[in-house]
Amino acid sequence: MTRLRQMHSPLAWGMVFLVAALGIVGVPLLNTMTEAGSTWHVPDYMVPLLGKFLCYALVALAMDLIWGYAGILSLGHGVFFALGGYAMGMYLMRSMAGLGVYRSELPDFMVFLDWKELPWFWYGFDNFGFAMFMALAVPAVLAYIFGFLAFRSRIKGVYFSIITQAMTFALMLLFFRNETGFGGNNGLTDFKFLLGYNLQEHDTRLALYVITASVLFISYLVCRWLVTSKFGRVLMAIRDAESRVMFCGYNPLQYKLFAWTFSAILCGLAGALYVPQVGIINPSEMMPANSIEMAIWVAVGGRGTLIGGLVGSGVVNGMKSWFTVSYPDLWLYFLGGLFIFVTLFLPRGLVGLFKRKDSA
Amino acid sequence: MLHRLSLFLCCVLFASQIHAAELENALTTLAQASSRSELIAAIEQIGATGDAKAIPILEALENNDLKASETGQLWIVQGEKAHAALDDTTAEAASLTLNDLPKVNNTVRRALRPAIAQLQLGAPDVKTRLAAAEELKKRPPDNAADMLTQAIERETDAQVKTLLETTLAQIQLESPDPAQRLEAINLLGQRGNPDFIPPLTDLLQQNTDGSYKEPPEVRTAASKAIAAIEASQARIATLRNLFYGISLGSILLLAALGLAITFGLMGVINMAHGEMLMLGAYSTYVVQNLFKDYLPAAAFDAYLLVALPVAFMVSAAVGILLERTVIRHLYGRPLETLLATWGISLLLIQTVRVLFGAQNVQVANPSWLSGGWEVAANFVLPYNRLAIIFFVILVVVMVWLILQRTALGLQVRAVTQNRNMAACMGIATRRVDMWTFGLGSGVAGLGGVALSQIGNVGPELGQGYIVDSFMVVVLGGVGKIAGTVTGALGLGVITKYLEPEVGAVLAKIMVLVFIILFIQKRPQGIFALKGRFVEN
Repeated sequence: MTRLRQMHSPLAWGMVFLVAALGIVGVPLLNTMTEAGSTWHVPDYMVPLLGKFLCYALVALAMDLIWGYAGILSLGHGVFFALGGYAMGMYLMRSMAGLGVYRSELPDFMVFLDWKELPWFWYGFDNFGFAMFMALAVPAVLAYIFGFLAFRSRIKGVYFSIITQAMTFALMLLFFRNETGFGGNNGLTDFKFLLGYNLQEHDTRLALYVITASVLFISYLVCRWLVTSKFGRVLMAIRDAESRVMFCGYNPLQYKLFAWTFSAILCGLAGALYVPQVGIINPSEMMPANSIEMAIWVAVGGRGTLIGGLVGSGVVNGMKSWFTVSYPDLWLYFLGGLFIFVTLFLPRGLVGLFKRKDSA
Repeated sequence: MLHRLSLFLCCVLFASQIHAAELENALTTLAQASSRSELIAAIEQIGATGDAKAIPILEALENNDLKASETGQLWIVQGEKAHAALDDTTAEAASLTLNDLPKVNNTVRRALRPAIAQLQLGAPDVKTRLAAAEELKKRPPDNAADMLTQAIERETDAQVKTLLETTLAQIQLESPDPAQRLEAINLLGQRGNPDFIPPLTDLLQQNTDGSYKEPPEVRTAASKAIAAIEASQARIATLRNLFYGISLGSILLLAALGLAITFGLMGVINMAHGEMLMLGAYSTYVVQNLFKDYLPAAAFDAYLLVALPVAFMVSAAVGILLERTVIRHLYGRPLETLLATWGISLLLIQTVRVLFGAQNVQVANPSWLSGGWEVAANFVLPYNRLAIIFFVILVVVMVWLILQRTALGLQVRAVTQNRNMAACMGIATRRVDMWTFGLGSGVAGLGGVALSQIGNVGPELGQGYIVDSFMVVVLGGVGKIAGTVTGALGLGVITKYLEPEVGAVLAKIMVLVFIILFIQKRPQGIFALKGRFVEN
């Protein structure tokens, strides 16, 4: 009970549950129970769009955990996101074996490239459980190795950011190649079934939305639990004064490495949920620009709050959807301006506006 | 003396008379040619005369402008006028009854080109002779051995002579005299051109009955020559990798030098640095267009020299503006600065897109940068890349002098080492920041001018270089020009040596992994500033 008190005040708990209930139960109800003309109606096309935003929100949560609480700005979270997405995409490709354009057991792009048999790293992806495991394990292993090498030699600050960006760039180039075996620049697409359910049907999409919302809710609680624990306190201490933490007898390596790897796993999860709702995964998800955009979601919402990431990703992506439809030429001006404005005038983000100065 | 001279003149006159007679015969054959094979025979005959007067006739033939009158006189028709061949007479084309010669097709053209080239070998202009010799080397005509031998004796220009000797050797490979064949093989072996490997391999072939086509000594010489060619090709490949590696390194250096200065000084990663390169390249484009529109064509080649200061000023001005308006307010918050400068880069890219369009723009090389220096067969050093290497050296020296020999440089170094201490000693650190940022951005602008000469100029130009330049800075270490130079050249050369082995993408990934592993060993880069710092 005291542990729950530490995580949130009673009022905040109420708010959290209210929002969660609205997201997980309210939206599907408003979609199915109301008439099409009603003010409260959520149109069908909104459901996958909201689902996509929730996936971004999960990424923002992961980003806030590592940037807001450990002070590590990653410009490589787009890679973890895409890797999770690719694992899911590979399962979806395998689950429709024989139903592609070429009616082959192999995915269409392999037939197109005249490959005769499945590459070894595609083995096992016809099993949903294995694919889900890989969606989390691949980002985790990559993050662990990368983080271990980087944190051990105490690379931090902008150095670390730049190296993650280089990693992103290199992996993007790798996935753009046809020979790498993930469909080249077309990526994986034309999915049909997830566990036997048709992805084109509205009910499947609604179910995916509910799952995404629930996963986000649970992830939020886990992250909140983490940052209010002793682990979270040490993490914040490392963010503020790493050398002092070391002199106090802690080894920052393990703390940073855990937070970093966990953050990557959340991103992989988000990617795996994203792909069936959007219907495509290709290497442009790994573009360095995407990863930097993820940072601005968190910066807009407010770092080190967890809620901020969720708010920021919603605001920025909502704006993006609106701008790219209404004023496509102005979007980059807006985004660029947002980067500058937020860093100059809103260092604590939108959430910071509603918090008292002393409680950060 | 006089006697000799008159003798010489006699010889020349006599010889030219013989030529004239031969040429007239050949031209008559040409005029009477009724099929393409007859035409080709006549062309070869004309080529063999070596008489330069026949050049316009053959050129007219190539353009199908050559007609024959019924008397067998050849006329070159140009619009309404017609000139008589070998004669100054001009007539209205309409007043003559002219017959078409057989139409020139590709087979005839293949005979024509070497024939014209053969005639051009006597031309007084070296460039014409060089072009002719190259044409002959591509398609050596049969029975040209004597003509080539004479031309080689006459030739004064070393380059043309070498080409002719090579051509002669190619022809002599089929000579009936084994001694001549041997000589030819040895010469081809020395030249080291891979084009000669197939004819040399032919010499090693067996006939259908198992016997060899050639005597053993010729075969030994041929295999030796092939080995020599292959060895020299391997050497050239190594040298070429080295050259292109240095060239890539010099480009990276131009891109990273400014970054190293600003990063070293302020600890700020300027994500908009790539856009400074882009602005430099677009400045070049604008200057080029101004030259094209407002100045005589003769002045066009000088546009690049004007573009250099313009690009420097534009980029430096934008850099100073950024520093004053955005970056200085984020001092001490490097991660936020990174994001803000990324936002700036988006704004700059979009602005350029709106002003100049999203497509790439054309920046032409001035004539003194086109072409290349042919060091060996298959190994040409393009002038623009050579120029960039020299340009980089110049820029590095300039930056080094500014940092080491000027008051500003002293202050920059002081602030880089210890900002607070420098401030205590009365250095206006904020002003140093501003000028340094201007300098770094200006150097990037210079880099942009260089990049415009070797690649596409488009709004996303800078994005392609930003990751690489950061890698250079990280590898080289902060605040030392020597580190940046070593880092850039090292990365360039390593990349170019890896590329032929594993392909461009894998090479890039391997280089990246190498850098990550390298900074395990030396987190401060190759050249670290010496001193005792407290972190955080």
